[in-house]
Amino acid sequence: MAKIIRTAHTEPFVEKPDDDMIICRCEEITKGEIRRAVYDGMSTMNEVKRYLRSGMGLCQGQTCQRLVQNIIAAEMKMKPTEVGMIQGRSPVRPVEIGIFSNNKTDVKEE
Amino acid sequence: MIEKRTADVIIIGGGIMGCSTAYRLAKLGLDVIVLEKKEIGNGGSCRNAGGVRQSARDPKELQLAMYAVANIWPTLSEELGVNVEYHQKGNIRLGLTEKDVKILENHTAKSTKVGLDVKMISGDEAREICPYMSDEIIAASWCPTDGHANPLKTTLGFYKRALDLGVTFISGVEVLGIKKIKGEARIVETDDGDYEGGQILLCAGYDSRRIANTVGIDAPVERQVNEVLVTEAMPHMFDIMLGVAGGEFYGHQSEHGSFVLGGNSGLQAFTSNTDHFMTNSLTAPCISRGIMKYFPCLKNVKVVRTWAGYYDQCIDVLPIIDNIKEVPGLTVAFGFSGHGFGISPAVSIALSELMTTGKSTTIDISQLGYDRFKSKG
Repeated sequence: MAKIIRTAHTEPFVEKPDDDMIICRCEEITKGEIRRAVYDGMSTMNEVKRYLRSGMGLCQGQTCQRLVQNIIAAEMKMKPTEVGMIQGRSPVRPVEIGIFSNNKTDVKEE
Repeated sequence: MIEKRTADVIIIGGGIMGCSTAYRLAKLGLDVIVLEKKEIGNGGSCRNAGGVRQSARDPKELQLAMYAVANIWPTLSEELGVNVEYHQKGNIRLGLTEKDVKILENHTAKSTKVGLDVKMISGDEAREICPYMSDEIIAASWCPTDGHANPLKTTLGFYKRALDLGVTFISGVEVLGIKKIKGEARIVETDDGDYEGGQILLCAGYDSRRIANTVGIDAPVERQVNEVLVTEAMPHMFDIMLGVAGGEFYGHQSEHGSFVLGGNSGLQAFTSNTDHFMTNSLTAPCISRGIMKYFPCLKNVKVVRTWAGYYDQCIDVLPIIDNIKEVPGLTVAFGFSGHGFGISPAVSIALSELMTTGKSTTIDISQLGYDRFKSKG
């Protein structure tokens, strides 16, 4: 993980005309909210995700991840590759609790 | 610009303890640097189910929980300027068998003895509080003043407020050890060179032990994995915090609508520890079976993700919050054993007093000292 020095911004937050654009469709997070989160100090993909829920919906960021990455990179003046990715999470597709509970191959016998 | 490497206080660990204490120290006018190995709140701070619980706590740390619930949690969102999603709608702990009832009665007796409002209720009374539960539940313990909050937003909220007050956070820096100058803890050695502080606070979760070892201090703390599954958003069903006597799962429905339900497979003390917070394929099905026993109505709710985190499990399941006598200038706070989140806003008050006046006067933490561990004979 790259070293990041974080201090409060001295200049005010500047709004942009396309801040209303929805970036994370599952959780309805806008570009402006992501830019604001970075301004508030969130400096990695995971931090923005935890702060806003971007990438926490049904698709788990499979749709918006690259867009969020580009926005954070632009705000932080870094390369998108330096911003990293959000943590991948099992399961790859949503699984019902009832179906999960049927997986008993490794359960101790009474 | 010359890079800042000295401050009144160096805090090792950018979790909720580090962020909240940085905030309180900055409020008192101190200059603070927080060092974080990975990301802010990446350890247990963001990897817990958000319980803000007083019930079933050891009386030795109960004061911290009661102080936080009475004085901090209700107004924390306003204080931080971030909605921490605190809901104080009670904690219910469910029982299915007579053996469970005994466990619950034991917890209840202990909690009422120290003045906490906890009582035993019947299965029907439990279903009145939360109508979605299984008919199999025969009894429960009920603490109406417990609740839950969003650990991610609370941790990052403290971080944001600390930044606002002038704290410098440096992430991506791994602490290798602490070095003394003239007998006092002063230098924090990292893979990025040295940082120097008048005082050092060590609150780095299970990594604290390794770092404390570099100045000859040890504590019986080991990491233990715990896992959580998160479901898709569902219509609002309840605001209570859930636990079960058998320990199959715990959790709540979040403000967002998803269920956040944690547990373990029973093998967690012996899984391979890695730094990658790996989930185990046995655990999510095991938690799911637990949920099905108590909440069969959640059968068709989809799990969208699972994640793992580590308890910094102390041998007596209590944290270590103390100034180290042998190493003046060093204060430690670790070993929270999986229930640090709920008390964290109060711990930071205790820590800020410990570090500025040498004694925690607002909250009694005298039984959480680092020198309480003795050999068996």
